[in-house]
Parts: sequence; C-alpha cells; structure tokens
Amino acid sequence: MIRFTKVSKQYTTGTDAALEDVSFHIGRAEFAFLTGHSGAGKTTLLKLMYAAERPTSGDVRVSGFATATLGRDEVPRLRRRLGIVFQDFRLLEDRTAAENVAFALEVTGARADVIPARVARVLDQVGLAMKADAFPRELSGGEQQRVAIARALVNEPPVLLADEPTGNLDERATRGVFQLLCDINAAGTVVVMATHDLDLVRHAGKRTLEMRNGRMVFDSADDATESW
Amino acid sequence: MNLVTREALLSFHRTRTLSVLSVTTIAFALFVTGLFGLVALNLRSALRQVAERVQVVAFVKRETPSQQISAAMSDIAVFPEVLDVQYVSETQALERAQRELTEFQEVYKDLEVNPLPPSIELTLKPAFRDGKHAALVAERLHGFEFVDEVKYGQDWVQRLDSLRDIAGLIGLAIGFAFALVSIVIIGVTIRMTVLQRAREIEIMRLVGATDWFIRGPFLLEGAIKGLLGGAVAVILCAAVFGAFRAQRMGLGVGLRFFGVGEALVLLVFGVLLGFGGSLVSVGRHLRRV
Repeated sequence: MIRFTKVSKQYTTGTDAALEDVSFHIGRAEFAFLTGHSGAGKTTLLKLMYAAERPTSGDVRVSGFATATLGRDEVPRLRRRLGIVFQDFRLLEDRTAAENVAFALEVTGARADVIPARVARVLDQVGLAMKADAFPRELSGGEQQRVAIARALVNEPPVLLADEPTGNLDERATRGVFQLLCDINAAGTVVVMATHDLDLVRHAGKRTLEMRNGRMVFDSADDATESW
Repeated sequence: MNLVTREALLSFHRTRTLSVLSVTTIAFALFVTGLFGLVALNLRSALRQVAERVQVVAFVKRETPSQQISAAMSDIAVFPEVLDVQYVSETQALERAQRELTEFQEVYKDLEVNPLPPSIELTLKPAFRDGKHAALVAERLHGFEFVDEVKYGQDWVQRLDSLRDIAGLIGLAIGFAFALVSIVIIGVTIRMTVLQRAREIEIMRLVGATDWFIRGPFLLEGAIKGLLGGAVAVILCAAVFGAFRAQRMGLGVGLRFFGVGEALVLLVFGVLLGFGGSLVSVGRHLRRV
C-alpha cells in the first residue's frame, strides 16, 4: 500500500536533509507507528505520503499513486484514497460535527441523498452519534479528534494517516482514540500513526518505524536495519 | 441549492464584516470610476453639441445661373461627408443677418445694395465634423468654378479638434488609472477573504477537493460582491448627479445620467472585478498551499 524507495527530501539547498535515503514498505491492513523526536522527519514522511511535499530524490508509492511525479490535478484523486488526521483536529469551528464530516463528502462530489446516512454511520462508528449537532467548541479534545477521524473515514479510504493524533489529548482520551484507530485497522484499513508517545508504542505491540535526523534507524518488521 | 451557491452564500453570512467591507470597497472604487465616467460622458456630449456647429459654407459668385447651382448641389449632396446641403440666396442671407445680428440692424436697414453673396451651406455627418474632413470638403468645393470662397471656421474647428484629442487622452488615462486602483484595492480585499478562509481551503484540499471545486464558491462570492458593489456605485452616482443638478438648476438642464446600457456596463465591470479578483487571489493562494 505504501512504499518508499531511497527517498530523500531537502527543503532548501545547502541545509540539512529532512529525510535521507529512507526505504520501507507497509502492506495491506497493517498498523505502523512512526516514532522519533521532534524534527526527526515524521511529518515530512507523512507529507510525502499525501503529496503535500515532493521528494528531492527517490520513489514514493501510496495506494497505487507515484506521488513523486503526481500532477497537481491528480493530487485530489490520491487524497480521496487517504484519510488524514492531525494533532490540532483541523475542524471548521462554525460547523457542527455532522457538517464537518459531511463537508468531506460534499467537496468530493458525493450525491446529496446519500450524505446524511453515511455521516450518521461514521459518527456512530466513532461513538459520536449523540453529538452530531454539537459544534467543535462544545466537544472535548478526544471528541473533536473522533470527529476528525470520522471525517477522514467517511470516504472509506484504504489508508489512514494520523500525525500525532493524541498529542493534544489526556491519557484517557488517548487510549480511546488509539483503540478507535485499532478498530479501524481491524476492519482492513492501513493506519500509519506518527507519535512520540513511547509508552503507547511499547504497550501496543504494533509495527514501529523509528526516525532520527531524517533517517530511518529502526523498523520492527525488518531486522536488517540499524539497531535502536 | 447546489453546494457552490450554498457555500458562497454561507461565506457571506459567516464573514459579514469582511463581506460588507468588500462590497463597500468595490462600491466606492466603482463610484469614483462612475463619477469620472459621468463627467466624461457629459463632456463628450457637450463637445458633440459644439461639433454640430461645424459647417462648411461655399460663397457663390453673383449671377451664377440657378440651374448650375442646383446641379452642383445634387453632386455635393452625395459627398460621403455631407449630411445636408442648403442653398441660401442673397435675400435669405440678408434676412438672417438682420435677424441674428441685431446690433447691426440699423446698418442693414439703410443698405441700398445687398452686400451679402448667396451661399451653399453644408452640414457634415457626425463622424466627419473635424478640421481634416472640413478642409477636404472645402478643397473639393473650390473645384466648382462658381464658388468664390469657402469658409469653415478653420481656427475654432482646429481648436475643437485639439480639445477633443486632449479630453479623450486625459479621459483614457484617468479612466485607466481609476480602473487599475480599483482592481488593486478589490484584489487586496478579496485576498483578505481568502486568507480568512485559509483553513477551510486547506481542509478542502486535504479531503480531496479539486482546485476548481475550491475556487467555485469564491468566484461566485466575488461576482455577487462585484454586482452589489456595482449597484451601490450606480445608486451613489445617481444621488450625486441628482444633487448636482438640483444645485445648478437651470445650468444642469443639458446634463445627462447613464443610460441603461451604461449602467449595465458599470455593473458588469463590478462583476468582472469581483470575479477576476477572486480568481487571482484564490489561484495565488492555492499555488502556495
């Protein structure tokens, strides 16, 4: 589903590379943690996956798209096959939970008559059926992140990318959101979750990719990489 | 209601202050342009009225047979520049002089011989009422052997020409400058709207909306703002025009306001400004995100 081959990324010529010679593969229905300290390259890696950035060299393939050479017009097609979740939720404050989720369907041209049922189903899936009409300010951090996950899922993408989705949450909400991501993964969706919550990573028993200074220094699925 | 329309109207509602500011900016920019347009329009119509007086007069030698004059008049009437041709006999010329030049009435009354020659008076078509064409017609008239002298007020026709040229040039330059300033101001206002909704644009892009889909509501919103701004500008122009005419009373009689077509041009200009400004602002923003 996701394959990086010798990928390097340098934002400005003359500065240190944000990513250097990164290669890995994440297969169908896998759950992978992406760990590392701040500035290690986790976000850059995710950005390359959803084509917000292009690699300086190397090849990136996500859901059948070669994102390194993807034309600007093709980016929306890739993004419709991905769900993306961020630490700061990125919800529209002036729309209810249901409207935020429906927005993702509306802007991708879904038929108006199927939208309410799909929104209700996905809100139910994330445990927010009762809060469909609440505005983000009326929801807790954990609930807001669930709305963001519902929005990411509503187009039924085969891959879900989550950039520090629990970074702004307390421990209880973190566990809840993580469990939700595990459930989504159990239903067959690839989940890539960037986090620096090492406790969560240790106890989860999932595949872990560790970044350090732009290099991938550990892949729990691959003994051949450098030790951590 | 389709999504583009709904989003455009929602955006109006959600960003009320900025929307009012945008419409006001467009309205004032178009108001100034409209006022200038009104001045230009009235100046042009005043110059046209003056130009109507451009007349070529060919003085005819006395005792020229009337048949010869009639034949020549038929030839002259088909000159491409000529709108109307009239023969003024010696008697008619004297009568007119007595009527129009009242201060010389006594002098004309005591005359034993009529000093005024008969003449052929030509009115030119509007497009030919300038020095160049008047001179051309005059030269052709000199070709008739019975024509003694041709006059068309070279001096003031030439002065009218230069006035027309200067007015046209200044009009074009000021109009262009106003339009340019309007575009810049409107562009900045619309850019503020785009920046205020940057988060929405970012989310649209993340969930896979195409660039054209994202542009849609902004373009419609820009066009609506332009239309409203244009309408307010026409109303403001009408108010200023009405007040000016009321103050000038008698002197304002010859002044005219925009016709329906001209008012529509202002509205369409507003729509184009709003639409174009949005297209550029959103396009620039999308290229960056």
